Amino acid sequence: MKKLINDPENVVREELSGIARAHGDLVEVHIDPHYIVRKDAPVQGKVALVSGGGSGHEPMHGGFVGMGMLDAACPGEVFTSPTPDQMEAATKAVDGGAGVVHIVKNYTGDVMNFEMAAELVRSEGSEVESVLVDDDVAVQDSLYTAGRRGVGATVLMEKIAGAAAEQRRPLKEVVDICRRVNDNARSMGMALTSCTVPAAGKPTFELGDDEMEIGIGIHGEPGRERRKVAPVHDVVEMMATPIVDDLPFKSGDQVLAFVNGMGGTPLIELYIVFNELASFLDGRGIGVGRNLIGPYITSLEMQGCSITLLKLDDELTDLWDAPVKTPGLRWGV
Amino acid sequence: MTVTHDDVVRWIRAFADAIAENKDSLTDLDSAIGDADHGINMNRGMTAVMAKLDGGGSAADVGALLKTVGMTLVSSVGGAGGPLYGTLFLRLGAAADGKDELTDQDWVSMVAAGVEGVQSRGKAEPNDKTMVDALIPARDALAAAVAAGEPFADALRAAAAAAEEGMKATIPLVARKGRASYLGERSAGHQDPGATSSWLLMRTAAETFGDHED
Repeated sequence: MKKLINDPENVVREELSGIARAHGDLVEVHIDPHYIVRKDAPVQGKVALVSGGGSGHEPMHGGFVGMGMLDAACPGEVFTSPTPDQMEAATKAVDGGAGVVHIVKNYTGDVMNFEMAAELVRSEGSEVESVLVDDDVAVQDSLYTAGRRGVGATVLMEKIAGAAAEQRRPLKEVVDICRRVNDNARSMGMALTSCTVPAAGKPTFELGDDEMEIGIGIHGEPGRERRKVAPVHDVVEMMATPIVDDLPFKSGDQVLAFVNGMGGTPLIELYIVFNELASFLDGRGIGVGRNLIGPYITSLEMQGCSITLLKLDDELTDLWDAPVKTPGLRWGV
Repeated sequence: MTVTHDDVVRWIRAFADAIAENKDSLTDLDSAIGDADHGINMNRGMTAVMAKLDGGGSAADVGALLKTVGMTLVSSVGGAGGPLYGTLFLRLGAAADGKDELTDQDWVSMVAAGVEGVQSRGKAEPNDKTMVDALIPARDALAAAVAAGEPFADALRAAAAAAEEGMKATIPLVARKGRASYLGERSAGHQDPGATSSWLLMRTAAETFGDHED
């Protein structure tokens, strides 16, 4: 294992120290329990958004704390859900009296820990709603599994709902917007290489030099199929077809096209992916109203990408365009 | 015979030691069908538990002691293991509220409460390939043996043996809960890591509570 770390045990703590030093103007970092809140929290009268999950997906979630996006993020150990005490402390720290939304990606651990946290803060009088993100079309048989995983749509939901909360919309409306984003977004990922959790010291899974995994999860969970690497034209078609067919996205739709890097894939390749995706959507009469390209929900050093499509309407587009000022996403300010 | 406060502390320590010894093998089982962190997470949790107990956290009655174990696991393990093992110990503690020592009947009710807690938190049914597949047979074997009037040490051994059998029976199962469920048919042929740590829990209980001669 080659990594720029001191000690696998201290990876998350030292990363948080780095974030505190780099972005002290935007966020405040708390250690034990670990959580990151926006500098001006709690914002009185504003619905607060709290998310969290295992570390290793940076800039998600800590990089999305700030004006126009999250009020707090709870980082767990690498690829491990954070714990209820973190979520409880973060929720209390950002509750501005208008209610709190927990944005939870659909993984067994995340769901259970956020559930326990919500029970704790509700018993102390806070108003908390939970919304689940489950946009990964690679999981086919949701009936016999833990259900679809939360992946790329999480970033879009945090941005769009964050803008709605910033406009002082009430809790119910912010929750409705979250659900609308989830209902209208679909994603699929792929990997060219595995990744190594620092504490494990060896790759999470094995992938041959000439192989790729289509439908990979953000923790290296297996996808739909393993096959020989192919030109990116074919890869994009393999990913985009099930996404478009699932919602389904139809001719005339406007979408936000999000091409996400898994951590080890350079931007030059992500732009090639986007070029192929735009052509693919063109061929189906689907317009790309907005786009986001880059590493925003990563899997450590994994090479690969994911594609997320969100069907846009005027309101979602306006909320997407609204100002945001976080370490990981910033425009309009 | 009875289980004393000291016995319970010895059991927690024995479980922590067993987790530490099996940390790598639990993580290996998890990397085959999950996300390769079960041993690491449980070891971090039980290390935190022992630090708490050695730092004076073991002074209270058995119920409070077990609740401390549960809360420490909830706040240090993360993943699915944290809420599940945390809830298990919180329920064991609630069922032993105010007690300084436990009878075999107490232990039967505690284990039943703990397993019920795990099921209500994780919503797993038997044969979903989870820790429930080791815990339910253990609970049932324990209750049956105590009801039949068998010596407590034998009942504990029967519970551990049933947990081991349940753990091994997870090998051919297709997972329907947790991250392993994403593998579908590919999850068959691997032993469930959660069922394995649950077997360690029942085995260490048999070893520490069952070593009395009385």
